[in-house]
Amino acid sequence: MRPFSYERATSAAGAAKAAAETPAARFLAGGTNLLDLMKLEIERPERVIDVGRLPMAGVEANGDGLRIGALATASAVAADARVRRDYPVLAEALLSGASPQLRNKATTAGNLLQRTRCPYFYDAAKPCNKRQPGAGCAAIGGLNRFAAILGASEACIATHPSDLAVALSVLDASVETVRPDGTTRAIPIDDLHRLPGDAPHLETTLEPGELVTGVAVPPPPKGRQAYRKVRDRASYAAGLVAVAVAGDRIALGCVALKPWRATKAEAALAAGAAPAAAADAELAGAASAGHNTFKIALTQRLMTAALQDGKA
Amino acid sequence: MPSLSLDDYAAPNPISQNRQGIIGRAVDRYEGPLKVTGTAPYAYEVETPSPPAYGVVVGAEIGCGVVTAVDDAAALAAPGVKLVWHALRRPENQPERGARSYVGSQAGAKPVFAEPNVRFFGQPVAFVCADTLEHADAAASLIKITYEETPAAFAFDPAQAEPVDGTSAIGDFERAFADAPVKLDETWSTPIENHCQMEPCATTAWWEDGTVTVHTSVQMIKPPQHLLSETLQIPRDHVHLLSRYIGGGFGGKGSTYEDLELAAMSSREIDQPVKIALTRTQMFNATVHRPATVQRVRLGATADGRLTAFALEAATHCAREAPFVERAANFSRALYAAPNRLTGHTLHKLDIAVASAMRAPGEASGMLSLECAMDELANRLGLDPIELRIRNEADVHPETGAPHSCRQLVDCMTDGAKRFGWGKRNPKPAATREGEWFVGMGMAAAIRGNFLLPAKAGIRVEADGKVIVRQGMTDIGTGSYTIIAQITAETMGVPLEQVVVEIGDSGFAPTPGSGGQFGAASAGSAVYEGGMEMRKTLAAMAAADPASPLFGAAVDEIDFRDGLITASNKSETLGALVSRRAPSGVDVVGESMPIMESRAFSQHAYGAHFAEVGVNAVTGEVRLRRMLGAFACGRILNAKTARSQITGGMIWGVGSVLTEQNAVDPRYGSLINQDLGSYLAPVHADIVNLDAYFLPEVDDKANPLGIKGVGEVGICGAGAAVANAVYNACGARVRDYPITPDKVLPFLPAL
Repeated sequence: MRPFSYERATSAAGAAKAAAETPAARFLAGGTNLLDLMKLEIERPERVIDVGRLPMAGVEANGDGLRIGALATASAVAADARVRRDYPVLAEALLSGASPQLRNKATTAGNLLQRTRCPYFYDAAKPCNKRQPGAGCAAIGGLNRFAAILGASEACIATHPSDLAVALSVLDASVETVRPDGTTRAIPIDDLHRLPGDAPHLETTLEPGELVTGVAVPPPPKGRQAYRKVRDRASYAAGLVAVAVAGDRIALGCVALKPWRATKAEAALAAGAAPAAAADAELAGAASAGHNTFKIALTQRLMTAALQDGKA
Repeated sequence: MPSLSLDDYAAPNPISQNRQGIIGRAVDRYEGPLKVTGTAPYAYEVETPSPPAYGVVVGAEIGCGVVTAVDDAAALAAPGVKLVWHALRRPENQPERGARSYVGSQAGAKPVFAEPNVRFFGQPVAFVCADTLEHADAAASLIKITYEETPAAFAFDPAQAEPVDGTSAIGDFERAFADAPVKLDETWSTPIENHCQMEPCATTAWWEDGTVTVHTSVQMIKPPQHLLSETLQIPRDHVHLLSRYIGGGFGGKGSTYEDLELAAMSSREIDQPVKIALTRTQMFNATVHRPATVQRVRLGATADGRLTAFALEAATHCAREAPFVERAANFSRALYAAPNRLTGHTLHKLDIAVASAMRAPGEASGMLSLECAMDELANRLGLDPIELRIRNEADVHPETGAPHSCRQLVDCMTDGAKRFGWGKRNPKPAATREGEWFVGMGMAAAIRGNFLLPAKAGIRVEADGKVIVRQGMTDIGTGSYTIIAQITAETMGVPLEQVVVEIGDSGFAPTPGSGGQFGAASAGSAVYEGGMEMRKTLAAMAAADPASPLFGAAVDEIDFRDGLITASNKSETLGALVSRRAPSGVDVVGESMPIMESRAFSQHAYGAHFAEVGVNAVTGEVRLRRMLGAFACGRILNAKTARSQITGGMIWGVGSVLTEQNAVDPRYGSLINQDLGSYLAPVHADIVNLDAYFLPEVDDKANPLGIKGVGEVGICGAGAAVANAVYNACGARVRDYPITPDKVLPFLPAL
């Protein structure tokens, strides 16, 4: 680990302003991802701005919807009575991630901004365009069983690991932020993360220094909600594939470098397609990276089953 | 005189008489509360006599080549740095490397950074010592190493594996197999596995008057003491090596790593205590692993299920310089009867990290092929898998003809089947379904060799009657402390509370340590012999002491019970005698050694595993629903720690077929999984309902205690029972472990 300066933020706007001053600054909240990456020297911040004590941990009514503070922990959100009653997809997604110990520390904003679990990203001895733009991608041609099947590029085939983001996608949530100049904005969840393209080191649409302050969740859509995640181990394991369903909305997890709103499948269903056909429509553009071919069939089956459940 | 014959083993003794009932009791582990409350100092946590410096090891970022340049200027100038070593700046006056002193070995001197060669990815190539861990870590990241890569073999290829000694051919396998009316010829593969001990390898070392005190985390005490003596070029008794509390070994700490010699050498160099711990990444990359195997099993049988031809041929790999064979076929020589047999191994030398022992080396991998092959054969024959095994039960050792010391393999299968509810199993695959889940049952046999190695034990009785055992034994979480106390208390006829056990110290009587499930029998027998020696010593002392109520008693009529030395209604306490006759305490050394008569018997621990799994019909996820193991392991010293050893092994067996795997990236020679988030050992949610029990048994051919090892037999065959249950559940025969959803998917019905 490299030496760094540490400071405790006293306001969200102040934190954003401070972060914008130093290119190599990072916000620290739960620390469940950042600290690991710092120990491995994948993250090498010169300035760590601790936002963890800012008053942003609440889960509150927001009109007919909900506002989840950036610092609300996964455990707290999953246990919230309104979340459990009105947004079961959200609770299920959160509880399918990490371990109880991590969920007690991991925050909502940190969850959305966590970095990929691609093993080649984690092994600093390997080329990775996320870590070092232009270095190449060791996952391509490597042991890439977990790699993306949708939206990958020749520069990066990693996936985004957040379950929360997938659930928020089918809930049409938006991410609230404060910018270094003190202004605020709301970013639709599907616009927060970028696909890799030729610049996989640019992971979100946030501006330098911009701080996530919360997530606005509109009233729940009519109909059933469900979150299904397939993993090698019963708990505390990276997902192979995940599917979120809320009403007539569908999103996929672990298949791309962002939560993947399955708009093609939604359109097919709206046009009267059967679940399997809707899944096929979404996966028409899916591609294997070598060792992850099974993920296409697995996604197809999981989507089909999730949508059939909905009809039953 | 120690036990020297089978008659000695079989004669009544304090352990078999068990008058206090301490043997077999579920005594809590002595060090358990210390470990869970953080008050057991692990090697890295031991307090040093003066403030320590901290060492950080830097691993190679290539798989094979040579260090050609090291830029260490920034590291040397970094805050707090006391010392930087690497291949081009190494400690002076080191001895030559011992002939067999490859990574992990402890034979001969192991000078640090003695050569510029990189032999595997992650191999330690530089070392920084600084006043704080943070400074050492920061400085280590400033070292820039230039390598020249050389051609290497990273990918395990069974076709390139070469035969190793020890093939066993009996009868005419090829002909019998060709003639067999029912045949099976299938190949299984098992992946690389990592030990994943909770406590990483770590050492704290300091020097006083030319003697080095080294606290480290190892399974055996003597070999690392010898290694340090050779490497540091000092007499053995100038190396005081301790390993008192250990957070898991599993075979991986049967070797030692650079933390050991670097801590001792750098501490001497800077004249200050030094602490070094390997990182979790280094535990994966720079220690040892269980190698992958590819195993071909051929079975030939009569139509009524009698094996006529049997072959298990296993290919595996090792590091180029460190010959180690995962002998996946050996166990099978002792398991089933068949007149024509062929078993052997081939080995592919690679430029990757060192392959070495992991819990039940050989059996743990090998039983995953044969015990599934038997299941497949039973299926082809239309026989229950238990019945097939019973029909091929071996009355004597199938290859040597040696009689069994005792063998309750069939009893384990039949009794376990009853308890588990095996009769409810539908032999037809994919016939039982609960909602989205296929449900199935599987079973497998368990076998693991039993061993007794020479060991000693120091026994001391103090003036207050306290009985102190001092032994160069280790407790790697198995319960050694506790069973040593139980054996001592029952042998000496004193309450458990009167016994103090001190182990993990090179100054104490030597034992072979923990490994190969020989620890309890070897160290325990020496403790028993020492206790018996102490009884004789104290009895003679009392009989000869006019002040003793036992004065004049016949020595062989003096008994030890209820905390007293007694003879015909007269008695006194141990403390009364010792405080009077030998106020500074009485010391004896007990010694135990294997006897030839015992070796004439085939000795194994046996068991049978029963598993019920669910297989998700949509996703191919396999989840264990329940599991039961029935075991016969001789006399049980401690019902709690023995059961824990077995269930821990079973859980690892579940992991080895469902989740655990590592793989070498053939482009780089590095492991793909380098942390506990990606290397998937089972978590609580994977296990849920798992239990084991023991059949009553005493093995009076094994040792004077009548016990057999329980540390490894639990993993043997456990995974095969799960794999067979997967087949029974959904019809998927996945022979390439682990059975992850991607491999089950092709067998599942369309939605």
